[in-house]
Amino acid sequence: MNLHEYQAKQWFAEYGLPVSRSMTVNTAADAAAATAQLGGGRWVVKAQVHAGGRGKAGGVKLVRSAAEAEEYARHWLGRNLVTYQTDAEGQPVHKILIEECVDIESELYLGSVIDRASRCIVFMASTEGGVDIEKVAREHPEKILRASIDPLAGPRAFQGRELAFRLGLTGKQIRQFTEIFLGLARLFQDLDLSLLEINPLVITRQGELNCLDGKINIDGNALYRQPRIREMHDPSQDDEREARAAQWQLSYVALDGDIGCMVNGAGLAMGTMDIVQLHGGSPANFLDVGGSATAERVAEAFKIILSDDKVRAVLVNIFGGIVRCDLIADGIIQAVREVGVTQPVVVRLEGNSAAGGRQRLAASGLSIIAASSLEDAAQKVVAAAGGAQ
Amino acid sequence: MSILVNAETRVICQGITGSQGSFHTEQAIAYGTRIVGGVTPGKGGQTHLGVPVFDTVREAVEQTGADATSIYVPAPFCLDSILEAVAAGVRLVVCITEGIPTLDMLLAKASCDAAGVRLIGPNCPGVITPGESKIGIMPGDIHLPGKVGIVSRSGTLTYEAVRQTTDHGFGQSSCVGIGGDPIPGSSFVDILALFEEDPATGAIVMIGEIGGSAEEEAAAFIAEKVSKPVVAYIAGVTAPPGKRMGHAGAIIAGGKGTAAEKFAALEAAGVHTVRSLAEIGAGLSRATGWKSALTGGK
Repeated sequence: MNLHEYQAKQWFAEYGLPVSRSMTVNTAADAAAATAQLGGGRWVVKAQVHAGGRGKAGGVKLVRSAAEAEEYARHWLGRNLVTYQTDAEGQPVHKILIEECVDIESELYLGSVIDRASRCIVFMASTEGGVDIEKVAREHPEKILRASIDPLAGPRAFQGRELAFRLGLTGKQIRQFTEIFLGLARLFQDLDLSLLEINPLVITRQGELNCLDGKINIDGNALYRQPRIREMHDPSQDDEREARAAQWQLSYVALDGDIGCMVNGAGLAMGTMDIVQLHGGSPANFLDVGGSATAERVAEAFKIILSDDKVRAVLVNIFGGIVRCDLIADGIIQAVREVGVTQPVVVRLEGNSAAGGRQRLAASGLSIIAASSLEDAAQKVVAAAGGAQ
Repeated sequence: MSILVNAETRVICQGITGSQGSFHTEQAIAYGTRIVGGVTPGKGGQTHLGVPVFDTVREAVEQTGADATSIYVPAPFCLDSILEAVAAGVRLVVCITEGIPTLDMLLAKASCDAAGVRLIGPNCPGVITPGESKIGIMPGDIHLPGKVGIVSRSGTLTYEAVRQTTDHGFGQSSCVGIGGDPIPGSSFVDILALFEEDPATGAIVMIGEIGGSAEEEAAAFIAEKVSKPVVAYIAGVTAPPGKRMGHAGAIIAGGKGTAAEKFAALEAAGVHTVRSLAEIGAGLSRATGWKSALTGGK
């Protein structure tokens, strides 16, 4: 799950980290009023969406009057912001963050993720903060400084000091940076984060550090013990079909092709998409019905797959480990009848009670195309969708 | 011979009276696994599925001599269950449960490493040595005792590879699902090392997925330490890059993680890769020169 920048900054403030004074609004009138309440003569207005690259896409602007802030808010509220990190539709803007302006001397990068290779939380810092940080990481990996948090010892002040000195910070900035490092490490662990990023972490003209942006991802597996994070969930940023699938414990991702896929297990689902493509087809989606597929969930999966009107054929590939293929066959039959599936459906059942499943499909009287193997299934569904491209 | 488990392995189940633990332990007993007991706090003294239930893992280990445990408790309690098993001195912990918070796994993994305990999973089908011992949720009947070691991040993809090696008549020495979570207890490298040492394993099938760098690490290990033929498949060539927030994920990945990268790394290490999931059995034939029961040998 992702947080908005304004929510991330609420957490930063709660953990004692330096952030600018700000207000979050959802109407144009409130945007104008916020400038008066914050005071001063310059403000930064920022569209709140779950994506990076907002600045280049026009979602972040410096304004010098209440009228300008109001105009910006009127333009963006209710509209979608498209950035290089979103899809072509973009993400809807429902909230705007208005912040007092700070004068920037330089921009640092500070990020943290769980590193699979070293199996610990890793902090990454660089003097090259800003939008080109990935290019810096590729071309000058030596400019990315790292600190690993020992899972048993936890974060230590010396690690923050080490990073601070290597970043070239001086004087009181050393202590300030160390406190930010320790605060973020605590936040990461307390909130079960999977990603935390401040880009840029700026040094102001007054020599103070300031968290100018904030991105937070939370580990979905840990949401059960993070009630305050759950309350911050903004469903408007989620893909509608993916969210509906999630309610049924189905994992769905829409793609651009015309062959709908329904598979049990994420790995097999990816493998099925790959084999469809190897035979010249183009998958319309990734869909994992999970380990304990029931008739209802199979029916729901059909509905979600067919809500994409590009779909010209559907491939069902189930390897029954624990799930019984004869019960899956019942689900397919029920779904094809109820949902009124008109597209050709190719079914490959293997494993637990597969023979019984195939018999039921054959006896159903429905025009379901049975496949004898994975290869056969891929060939048949590509042909059913109009042949290889 | 085999790796991790055999007919002698004495296994307990943590969460044996729960629905998952109960169902799969019954299946394991039917397969012939030497299940010697179970643990459910508060139900000590009862008998379930014909084996004694204990309140604590320590008691279970003391009284049954168990050296392996299978964990089916709900995700919020898994860290505690793993640490309890480590404290009780079991040698092998197989955690089937999915949905464990990643920060819990960082601690669990560090604790197992410190104690020298082998952890398999979580979010995995488990471990099986066909004809001897099955710890996990895989369907026993698709397996055949034989000479291929299978290691995979994905459950149903493992079954696919098992089916093909059975159909070709090669069979399996042992099969290990290491699980798809970001922090698995055992990596490809850990299991490849065991298969390399195992005299019963004649060839290895490795099934990877996009994401992370476990396959690249495996490739480096194979180039240096594995003498047996390895056939590999990576799922996710067609998977689109996910929606992203921020840069930290990309920086840490450093260009690794795509299927193309993984295939390239494995091929450079001398691994026989197959691009189609349906080709695993045939690929094994080509890599080893073994005669297939399906084709009459080619």
